[in-house]
This record gives sequence, structure tokens and C-alpha cells, in this order.
Amino acid sequence: MNAPLLKADGLKVSYPVRGLGKKPIEIVHGVDFEVGRGETLGIVGESGSGKTTIGRAILGLAMVTGGSVRFDGRDISHLGARDRRDLSKGIQVVFQDPYSSLNPSLTIGATLAEPLIVQGWDKAKATRRVLDLLDRVGLPKNAAARLPREFSGGQRQRIAIARALAPSPRLIVCDEPVSALDLSTQATVMDLLIDIQREQGVAYLFVSHDLAVVRHISHRTAVVYRGDIVEQGSTRQVTEQAEHPYTQRLLLAAPVADPLRQEKRRADRERLRAAQREADLQAAGF
Amino acid sequence: MSAPTTVTAEVEEKRRGTVARLIRDPQAVVTGSILLLMVLAGLFANVIAQHGPNEASLSAALAPVGTPGYPLGGDQSGRDILARLLHSINTAVVSALIGASVAALVGTVSGLIGGYFLKLRGVTEWVFTLIMTFPGMLLLILLMPVTKGDYRFTMLIFGVLLSPGIYRIVRNMTIGVSNELYVDAAKVSGVTNPRILFRHVLSVVRGPIVISTAFLCGTSISTQSGLAFLGVGSKEIPSFGAMISEGFKNIHLAPAQYLWPSLALGLMNACIVLFGNSLRDILQGAQPKPQKIAVAHVAQGFEALDIDTGKASLLSVRDLGIAYRSPAGDLNEVVRGVSLNLKAGETLGLVGESGSGKTQTAFGVLGVLPNEALVTRGSVRIDGKEILGLPEADLINVRGSQIAYVPQEPMSNLDPVYTVGKQLIEGIMASTGVKRAAAKERALELLDRVGIPDPAKTFKSYPHEISGGMAQRVLIAGAVAAAPRILIADEPTTALDVTVQADILDLLRDLQREMGMAIVLVTHNFGVVADICDRIAVMKQGEIVEQGTTVDVFADPQHDYTKMLLNSILDEDTVRSDAPVLVEAAGGEVR
Repeated sequence: MNAPLLKADGLKVSYPVRGLGKKPIEIVHGVDFEVGRGETLGIVGESGSGKTTIGRAILGLAMVTGGSVRFDGRDISHLGARDRRDLSKGIQVVFQDPYSSLNPSLTIGATLAEPLIVQGWDKAKATRRVLDLLDRVGLPKNAAARLPREFSGGQRQRIAIARALAPSPRLIVCDEPVSALDLSTQATVMDLLIDIQREQGVAYLFVSHDLAVVRHISHRTAVVYRGDIVEQGSTRQVTEQAEHPYTQRLLLAAPVADPLRQEKRRADRERLRAAQREADLQAAGF
Repeated sequence: MSAPTTVTAEVEEKRRGTVARLIRDPQAVVTGSILLLMVLAGLFANVIAQHGPNEASLSAALAPVGTPGYPLGGDQSGRDILARLLHSINTAVVSALIGASVAALVGTVSGLIGGYFLKLRGVTEWVFTLIMTFPGMLLLILLMPVTKGDYRFTMLIFGVLLSPGIYRIVRNMTIGVSNELYVDAAKVSGVTNPRILFRHVLSVVRGPIVISTAFLCGTSISTQSGLAFLGVGSKEIPSFGAMISEGFKNIHLAPAQYLWPSLALGLMNACIVLFGNSLRDILQGAQPKPQKIAVAHVAQGFEALDIDTGKASLLSVRDLGIAYRSPAGDLNEVVRGVSLNLKAGETLGLVGESGSGKTQTAFGVLGVLPNEALVTRGSVRIDGKEILGLPEADLINVRGSQIAYVPQEPMSNLDPVYTVGKQLIEGIMASTGVKRAAAKERALELLDRVGIPDPAKTFKSYPHEISGGMAQRVLIAGAVAAAPRILIADEPTTALDVTVQADILDLLRDLQREMGMAIVLVTHNFGVVADICDRIAVMKQGEIVEQGTTVDVFADPQHDYTKMLLNSILDEDTVRSDAPVLVEAAGGEVR
């Protein structure tokens, strides 16, 4: 058995609090997961659950305070600045907000070339690569000379994907990449991500609050609740035979876009809630 | 979305450089030209004036204006006033350049460092707070023995004293930019910190630095003149301050002597300030301003559509048009002839993608719109009574009691300064006209009704102490306080977690059953529509393309756009099933 591409063991992540002697606040309380080569692991959770923080820890943007993260067998949880910069060839990111993830004053070409230039590519070669990348994500070549504000949300997200692809990484952390997009745009951006994965074998750590999106793109899924992974497994298993009460609640709370099925789901949710309340009361000793 | 973006005229306009836009601003052109002329006059001082600034001739002492060779007369020591005036301009320009550029350089570099590197911020804060405590003018006078009276050295120190102003601006903006996702993305891309600071941060803070530096030029000139007026520093250097001081002494003998340097100093400083203002308007004017919502303006000559509604429904919208004025002055309709009907107790889903005009339509029905918007045509009637064109005083009676609103972002719709209870009471008193004590009782009842576990505690809480879901319950409580007949909910659950969303939808459903109100629900989420709406209206580019009962539209959509939207919904039953592609591991083995 080959080692997984990314492996987190008892990963704990904290945010520092300003002020002398204040203890950092722990957001993620020790999670274990793996991402295989060419695979998508979906991380589902609600706001404040710590799902985004897990992604940021892997990117080196949040402080790992316990456990370890291994990328390709190498511990990356406490890398120095230089090693972290080298790792950018291996791990990349696509953020949620297509508006603040692109510098408004740089042209698309400059934004896309930056990761290549800092790795020592010469200008002509980087320019050729930028044009290829634009083509790959379905944008016209003349986009390179334009500024982010001339593009719609969906197009900006394509640009962000192109930037992530630039150094040919093996893992892309996708933090809610389609949550800010319109429905029809959402579908095309997801298809683009899946196509790229099939073609280049890049792995995704796909963070989202939207079960439907996660179901669509993830081979395996982990459910995060209050800083812990409460359930993980194949996506089908997690979304169809959920075992943890929170996962069950989450699944039934998501409305289905069909009035008749939704009516049934609402009734199921009502029943589950009553049952869980009963169980809670019994557990509390009543 | 691969449709080519049209590069609009507005974008072209923004793309044009700062200089090009300055040239089109009359204020900048006039003040800039005056400054330029003054600087040129200073540079050619030796050509324009026939004497040197310190060349004294007894015969010219206190010579009147118009004396040959002395166009502005001579001063007490017989020096050419024109020559001294022109050389004073040079002194002022050099003071401005030294003072402002030292301040800009020191402030910018420290601001970038203090803003970006959290660990160094403590040090820079301490240093600049210390600098700010120095009494500037006094310190400059005290340091005269060190500066040997050289005004350039004095201005260098003054630049350091001015730098905290720039430091604070740069530090604050840098902190803001450091939190932007594109800075995170650059870090992940392996960009080094100096490069991030230079490329990503400096490009954003550049504008404000330029503006502040322009104003600091004025401050430097005034300070240098002030010191010279007090007689501090070298007497050899001609400057406005020294000239005013001398003119002052001779004010009874030759009043005009005092006039010239004062005029020149005044003109120069006024031009710098006005030019700085133009610069600020141009560099910062492009930033979007927050939209103000006010009573809907109607287009000139607007007359509400007079229609016989027949069996008067509760809410009837006919042929509603809402437009915005383009920069060229044309009206651009974003809502184009929308017609809707709503019966009591019914829920209508207004569905569309961003930019479809669904929120504008909802605002139009409420009788409020952003200030720039105009109602161009149509009619909105509640119980047969026309809303459009009604004065604010009459609309107040309609809002709250007849029609109420639940917004998308619960947190930004609560005032952080007041407790939840205070805000609820305010609304209840306004919409129902009851006294304070009764309003408080009603508020607690309502909080309990909307499912808040401990109403008394939430009542006393500030908005930041409650969760987003709780905040939305509070806003719903406020909206239904006066038992309105119509509730307009604009994406009421979009900002909430899915489990909270389900609870809020349940609450809306229960309240509707209890109070019999009609709901217009603006949303882009078809799951929400399927959950709560009886009827649905699909909007695209300001028009309703399809309307019908929810069950019918889902089962048998008629319009292509509706079909496309429904097809874009990610099917719940399909789970990703293809296995990950085989990728060679680093060691060359295939997994």
C-alpha cells in the first residue's frame, strides 16, 4: 500500500489571540484524514465548524498546534518560510470569494504569471503557460491583458482555478469554490474542476457547506462538527447511511428541489428531531 | 459562464490614468497651473529679477512699487522685493519636497512593516506614538544649534515629525489588505513577503499616500514660514516667513511690503490644498459608495397605471418598471414590466440568478428603492390602494402594519450600538402606536413566539452577542410585530447554515398559518422554493419569464430558461462514482 498524498494525524489548529498572556483558541481539536492521489475528499460542515481552518492549516495559513500533516510522506506542519514556498509547487488553493481572491489592480496575466515567475520561470515561457491555462479554463486569450473587474463571478473563479493550476500542483485546497456563484455557473465550474482532475490527476480537498456540491465532486466525505470529524467514509455511505446524529440532521435539513419530495423530507426531519430530543432527554437521566 | 464580457465605457473610463483624469478636472488644472507657474518663476528668479535676493542698495531702501529695477519696491535694507519673493518660492518648494518626502518615506516603510508583520507592530506603534508626543515647532526651535539654522536640515527633522500621519494610514490599510484572499493566494503561490508588500499591498495604499503627501507639502511650507517669521534660522535665506516678518515691522511706512509675501504664501497653500482635494476625488472617487435606500423616486411625468383589478387581490403589481440612469444619462431598465398577484395567506417565490432584478422588484413593492433608481411605469396596489408615488408620510402608515420586510443579512440589519430589545421596542412603537411598556411586553412575547430560548436574556443582548440564526429570528419578530398582511423576505436564509435555514423556514410557515399573511420570498435556491412556496415566478433580466404553482413549474417547466435553471440543480441521487485516476507516486510506483 502506497502512502497517501496527504495525511493528517490528530491535527489540532488554533488561532492566536492578541494581548499578552492570552491563550490561543483551539478551533480544530485533533482530526485524522487522508487524501489519496487524484482523489477528492469533501469536508462538509456549517459555519464555525472549523472546516475552513483545516484547509488553511494545510496551506500554512493557520497555526498547527498539535498532531501532524504529511504531504507525500513529509511532515509539513511546521515548515519554515523557504520550505513552505517550495511546497507551493505541490499544494495550491482556490478560495470562495472570487471578488477578493484576485488583486483588483493587477491584470489577469500578471496574476497568473506570478506563481511561475517566483519559481524562476523566464517571462516568455510564463506567458505561454498563462495562455495555455486560460485556454484550459475556457477563457479567451485576450483575458490576460484585462483587469478582474471586467469579469463576472464565474469567470473570476475560472481565473482563480487557472492560478492554482499554474505550478501543476498535486493537491488543490478548494475552499467553498462555488458557493458564491449562481446555480447555472456553479454547475459549469464544478464540471471544469472534475474534468481537470480526470485529465491531470490532481487531488482536491474540497471544503463546502453544501452537501449537494460535495456529493457531486467528492469520492470520499468527512463531516466536521464543532472542530471534530464526526463521520467519514465514501460519499455514498456518508450521505445515504449516515450514522452520526449530526450528519442525519444535516442531511434532512438540506431542502431538495422537488416540492413533493421536500414535503416528505420535512416530515422525516420533524420525526428525527423528536427522536433525537427524546434520546437526549434519556441520556440526561430523565 | 463563458459569455464574452463587454468592456463598457465605464470600465474604459476607469482604466484611463490618473493624469488623464486630472487634466479633465477644472479645479486641478487651474490650481496645478498656478503652482507650476510659481515653481517656474522661482526657478528663473535670476532671469526675471534684476538683483540678487541679498543684494542691498541704500538708494533702494523702502523704494515704492514701480521703482525702475525694483518692480515691487525695495525693503528696509534696500533689497529687491521681487527678487526675494521669487527666491522665497524656491525655499518653499525645497521645504515642501524635503518635509513631505521624508514623511512619506519613513511613514510608508514603517507602515508597511508594522501592518504586515504582526510581531513588529508593537515596536512601530510605540515609536510612532512617541514621535507624536513631541511638540513639533518647539522641538525644531530647540534643535537649532544642531541644525545650524539650515532650513533644509530643519525640514528633514520636521518630515520625521510628520511621518506618524502617513504611518497610521499605511498601517491601517496594510492590515486590511493583508486579510484579503489574494494576499493569502500569493503566499500559497510561494511569493516572498517583500514581493507581496511591493506588488500587492503598495499598489493599494499608493493612492492615499499620494493624497496625504500633497497635503503635507502645504504643512511643510507653513511650518518653514512660521519658523522664519519667528526669526529662527538663517537670516540669509529669503523666505515668505522672513519677508512677512520684515513687512510687519514696516507696516506703517510701507504697507505693501507685507502684502506680497502673504499673498504668495496664501496662494501657494490654497492651491496645494485644492489640488490635493482634486487628487483625492480622482484617486478615491472610483470606490463604490454604500447604497442609500429611500422612498422610491418616480420618473418625471409618471402616472400610476390605472387598471381595474376586478377581484381585488391583496397585492397587485402591474407592468412595474424600475430604471437606473447610465453615466450618459439614459434610463436603463432593470425591472421591465413585472406583473404579480398575491392572495392572503399565499407564498410566492420570486426566483432568479444575480442581476435578474428580483431584489429590485421586491424593493419596488415595498415602495423603497436606492436613491439612484427611478420607477418608470406600472402600478403597485395593496388592497386596491396605489403605493407608487405616495408621499413618505402616507407610506409610513403602510409599512409595518400592511407590509413588512425581512432582509438577507440579519447581522448588518441590526444596529450594533443598541440592544436587541431597544430596537424591537422602537419598531413596535412605530408600527403599532402602542406605549413603551406595552411595546416591551409585546417584544418579549414575540421573541418567545419566534423560538428564542431565553427571551429576557436575548432582549437585553447586543447584536454581536447572538448568532446569525437568532438575529434572523429577532428581525422576523420585528417584522411581524404589527401583524402585517404582506411579508417581503429577501433571501432570508441565504446567509444562514442549512440546519438553521430549515428552522427559519418552519418558523415562517407557522407564522403565516397563524396570522394569515402573504409572503413574497426572493431566493435563488430551488430547495427553499420547493419547501415553502405555493407559487413561483421566474425572473430573467428584469422580466418574469414563467409563473405558476410550484408543483406545476417543477414538474413541467415551459420556458427554456426555467428548464435550464432546473437542469443546473445538482441531482441528489447522483453521487460521484468514478474512481480516482491513477497517478504515479513520487517514487514512480502506481497506486
